[in-house]
Amino acid sequence: MTQGEIVAGCLAPHPPHLVYAENPPQNEPVAEGGWEQLRWGYERLRDSLKDVEYDAIVLLSPHWQTYVGTHFLGLPNFKSLSVDPVFPNLFRYHYDLNIDVDLTSKIHDKAAKAGLTVKMMENPDFRVDYGTITTGHMFNPAWDKPLVVISSNRSRDYYSVEVMQEMMIELGKVTREAILESGKKVVVIASNSLSHRHFTTESAIPEDMSKEHITSHAMHLWDMRMINYFRTGQAQRILDEMPEFTEQAIAESDGGGLSWLLSTLDTPSYPATLHGYGTIIGTGNAIVEWPERDHKEAKQ
Amino acid sequence: MTEGSIVGSFIVPVHPHTVLAPEQNEGWQRLRDAFDEAAQRIKDADADLLIIYSTTWPSIIGHQIQADPNPEWVMVDNDFHDLGSIPYSFNIDADFAHAWNVANEKRGLKSRTVNYTGFPIDVGSVVALKLLNPDNAIPAVIVSSNVYANRSETTVLAKSCLDVIKATGRKAVAITAMSLSNRMFTAPIDPKDDRIHSLKDDEWNRKILEFLGEGRLEDVGQLSRTIHQQIRVQKVVAFKPMWWLSGMNDNRNNLSGEVLAYEAIHGAGGAVVHLDPTPSGAGDKEYDEDDVEFFSGERNVLDAEEEHELIEDSVAPTSSGPELWEPTTGEHSVNSEAAPKPVGMYPHARKVGDLLYLSGVGPRQPGTNAIPGGPICDENGQALDYDIKAQTKAVVDNITRILEEAGGSIEDVLDVTSFLVDMDRDFSGYNEVWAETLGKVGPTRTTLAIRALPTPIAVEMKVIARAPTTE
Ligand SMILES: [Fe+2]
Repeated sequence: MTQGEIVAGCLAPHPPHLVYAENPPQNEPVAEGGWEQLRWGYERLRDSLKDVEYDAIVLLSPHWQTYVGTHFLGLPNFKSLSVDPVFPNLFRYHYDLNIDVDLTSKIHDKAAKAGLTVKMMENPDFRVDYGTITTGHMFNPAWDKPLVVISSNRSRDYYSVEVMQEMMIELGKVTREAILESGKKVVVIASNSLSHRHFTTESAIPEDMSKEHITSHAMHLWDMRMINYFRTGQAQRILDEMPEFTEQAIAESDGGGLSWLLSTLDTPSYPATLHGYGTIIGTGNAIVEWPERDHKEAKQ
Repeated sequence: MTEGSIVGSFIVPVHPHTVLAPEQNEGWQRLRDAFDEAAQRIKDADADLLIIYSTTWPSIIGHQIQADPNPEWVMVDNDFHDLGSIPYSFNIDADFAHAWNVANEKRGLKSRTVNYTGFPIDVGSVVALKLLNPDNAIPAVIVSSNVYANRSETTVLAKSCLDVIKATGRKAVAITAMSLSNRMFTAPIDPKDDRIHSLKDDEWNRKILEFLGEGRLEDVGQLSRTIHQQIRVQKVVAFKPMWWLSGMNDNRNNLSGEVLAYEAIHGAGGAVVHLDPTPSGAGDKEYDEDDVEFFSGERNVLDAEEEHELIEDSVAPTSSGPELWEPTTGEHSVNSEAAPKPVGMYPHARKVGDLLYLSGVGPRQPGTNAIPGGPICDENGQALDYDIKAQTKAVVDNITRILEEAGGSIEDVLDVTSFLVDMDRDFSGYNEVWAETLGKVGPTRTTLAIRALPTPIAVEMKVIARAPTTE
């Protein structure tokens, strides 16, 4: 069997505002646009991968929050309506997505063998979280690739950023191994914002861009520091500074996505491409791609 | 229409085990039985509204209130999806939801109603409504828990809810869907091995339940910050549900409490507690955090146009006046935690030989410094209407407390000098209360009219009593 390959790793955040602003037929609310910097960023990301062949998307979303280990969507198809419990006025999306159960099982089994607590989610009534759907839509609006969907184990809440990161680095290693052994070509995605302090008010027109900005200068500085590390190939430094970043920027990396992604990419030292940065109700969001396919030396 | 009120309050656990798998563990079954008992009590109380504050429905933009009259879907838990699905169809009081939303905004809170097909009602609310209202006979409302909210915002959320209950004459039941300690085991367990995650969690849970069993709800509310640090996984900024529930009960500490069950659910502390509004005769508050009527905190990040005007005319008069002192503690001093703080450097009482001399006693309440019957003037000196009988009664109560603290009783009073700031207006009311209280004890009495007292009160008494013979 041919060796599998990670063609790209992406940081691809999921505020439902982006889907709302796109007005796809699947989403009920209607918007007058908004958050264009980020939506153009997603356009550039899609463009960057449009000629790249791959078989599946492996995605970790912080909005399927689990406390009893890490869970995986374990049925071939999920179809329902996803209503965001926090922004139901913006996101009521009719989804129909396919799961690569085979690749999912491989990652699940390897993780179990490595001593991580894991569980397959095989209840057909389960509703897929809006983070997975938002990132899934923005990355691949055609929904023509099967997904592996991994829950966010809230070990940071239970223990610490350090413990969370140890577990996510382990999960990243087995994810990488399983992908390489599967013979499949895969895109791996962490779906999270950077700094994550929201406004607690919403303007009458949510897409009124005259109201949009980062909540504070300190958040901006942290976001720019991280982006600098992304662009200069300093993944290890990101992992090293994760505790401070997560706490001081109230970053959504608390869900483990970014740590898992960097580990799955084998802590890359090549530069990533920044496709876009913007704020959404005050939170900082970057769309970033690590083009592993262009770095043969990084493949194994 | 009679004024509405809270006819009962309940604390219930959030995880789906009590609905989907009570038979797998004896403790889960006991929790389920307690749920069923609670449902029966709600029926017996003739309640016409259930109000749920759910810790498993987080919100960011203020608080959200469910306003879909008939939300229907199938709930599957994020962690315990293998236990099965819970289909639901609930009876929501949309009119009440909208009225509460308006009342929230009047008190300075950000708030909105939600009414969307397919809205994912959270596990805590689904479990509570399924088990407490099995036939949907009683309409319900559900409110979210704001992730950034703290005590004042959560307290005001309860007060605005009470505004609507009172105005609409409802007989409401207040419910918090919550765990006590919320640390679960992070790996699957055999149901028969379930237990509280740690000894520390268990000890704290039992302490909280001891307080609740005594009806000391406000004490638990005021312990919330400590509880959050001690036994709550730091997922949100604060442990809020007891603030809300205490607010729904006028921040009272003398409810009649009963713990119907306390068990582990996958390591977390799950309890069903009933708090009946009937006064239990329990004591004073252990703590005395500020009471807050309106929210005026930082919720204005986007722009400055949305400044909320506080509705000044309905703000309760705040007590003002001279600085309060700790009672001095010299030899022979007798001081009481149960008496209001002095307004100068003196003790509450002093024992000399067989006699106990009390410093002038007014009607101010210990702890809150409130004046029963109301102050005689506002902060600007404008005269206010007040109730001399209530003030006089409060003076006698304070004297009773000081004497009891000293080991004696009201029966020991020998001589009283009373001071009234308005003899013409108040003498007869004062005299009436005297006759019912100290008049029966029989001390000598002198009543004087004076121009003013140091705080906005109308009556003060100077007491000499027999010193208690103990010690
Ligand atoms: Fe998010």
